[in-house]
Amino acid sequence: MTAQKYLVLAGVALFASAGDSLLSRGMKDIGGVSLHDLSALIVAVRNPWIILGILFLIAFFAAYMSALSWADLTYVLPATSIGYVVLALIAKFMLHEQVTMLRWVGILLISAGVSFVAGGPALTPRPERPASQDDALEPEHARSQS
Amino acid sequence: MRHAYTWGAILVIVITSVTGDVLLSHAMKSVGDVGELYRRTGLVQALGRILGNLNFVLGIVAMAAAFFSLLFALSWGDVSLVAPASASLTFVGNAVAARMFLNERVDRRRWIAAGLVACGVALLAG
Repeated sequence: MTAQKYLVLAGVALFASAGDSLLSRGMKDIGGVSLHDLSALIVAVRNPWIILGILFLIAFFAAYMSALSWADLTYVLPATSIGYVVLALIAKFMLHEQVTMLRWVGILLISAGVSFVAGGPALTPRPERPASQDDALEPEHARSQS
Repeated sequence: MRHAYTWGAILVIVITSVTGDVLLSHAMKSVGDVGELYRRTGLVQALGRILGNLNFVLGIVAMAAAFFSLLFALSWGDVSLVAPASASLTFVGNAVAARMFLNERVDRRRWIAAGLVACGVALLAG
């Protein structure tokens, strides 16, 4: 795990929580959307908060796919769940939502889970890789990255 | 009866999102390190390699199905049950599925992490 890879994991967590917060902020301008009147969603995608939120979620998806290309799913998911904590902090301090005692306990549990998994190996070692992959990769590069 | 519907919807959300995560993870593993790929072949080639992967496309379809079933369930179910239950069950489901289908080594450290995060998410969204 290089510093650059930890940055990608941080990006997954931060982009997701920033994207969700921006969508939440934008949807408060729009108000409730009912399933019978989906035209409100067309108004929603013209809202600057929503547009920014969607851009952040696209960045999240790119970072998430990048992380999955070099780390296990069972590593990436807990390691990036620190985003839930960031989201709760944004909700409290920027969207002025109530964060209850129970939620702080939840934040603590997630943080514990993150620190648990982040200290372990990121990728299950695979002795044999498909031949086509090995041909394409420069071997010394492949080894130094893992 | 209403309860049965809500749990049915939660089950559908969990199954579709676990399927999506497993397919996407499998696709990205077969594509290989994208940073490496980008440096070697450039952006267009790298994107083509990812988008041309069948599992990637199927994973996106499963994720979209999960998203819309969540929206659908939220429109009539209890938010305080549907959102935390589906999010935290997805964490546990992913650990089981990654072990079964992706052959990931889910050691005790990872089980504990998945369990702690699942409990935390349930509390957070509850």
